[in-house]
Amino acid sequence: MELTRRKILAIGSGTLALASLSSLPAFANLTEEAISALTGGADMGEGSVTIIAPEIAENGNTVPVGVDAPGAVEITLFADGNPVPNVATFKFGPLSASRSASTRIRLAKTQNVVAVAKMEDGSFQMAKAEVKVTIGGCGG
Amino acid sequence: MASGVKPRVKVPKSASAGGTVTIKTLISHKMESGQRKDSDGNIIPRSIINRFTADFNGQNVIDVTLEPAISTNPYFEFEAVVPEAGEFKFTWYDDDGDVYETTKQITVS
Repeated sequence: MELTRRKILAIGSGTLALASLSSLPAFANLTEEAISALTGGADMGEGSVTIIAPEIAENGNTVPVGVDAPGAVEITLFADGNPVPNVATFKFGPLSASRSASTRIRLAKTQNVVAVAKMEDGSFQMAKAEVKVTIGGCGG
Repeated sequence: MASGVKPRVKVPKSASAGGTVTIKTLISHKMESGQRKDSDGNIIPRSIINRFTADFNGQNVIDVTLEPAISTNPYFEFEAVVPEAGEFKFTWYDDDGDVYETTKQITVS
């Protein structure tokens, strides 16, 4: 094969694209590991968990996030772009009126917020919401 | 980090028996994540509140495990059932072993 200037450019941009892609899943894998540690690798349904989060958060230091999962006993929140994906776990007691709660979280960059709910029958449900972050919340 | 920690809780003064109330809680705490560095490049050690619980007359309403990704001055909003008049008890557990507590009375009408 003859290497022309055009081909070299094509190869170059291809490897660049690969390099920028491969830096992404590092954090996402952490989240998958954290989720499978929670669920024990069980299959997860979707649909009964709702995440209330802004589409665009100007300040990643305080992003208001709410979760609602009727019939859940426990909801765990993850942020897949943070250095540590775990965010919080809500366990609902006998006097909890609704399986919902809201709080404020830190997001390092634009990423997905994932909620995994453990239902009363022991199955798991999940939901995902993307939040675009203008200023990250982890810098020093 | 026992200085300057002040819990604030908003609970309605009364509710109908068996009714639902919305509770809002906030505690002033810097929630140092353990990810930041100081001006010399040393990592500032983690210092957060790692657990928050709310109980009503000894029965649990919500039990939250907090990670460093919770913002400064952790805020929670949730709903509780009020079966009878009594007392809400809110407890925050600090990384350094401190426990912050506050209580709120509620009557039923």
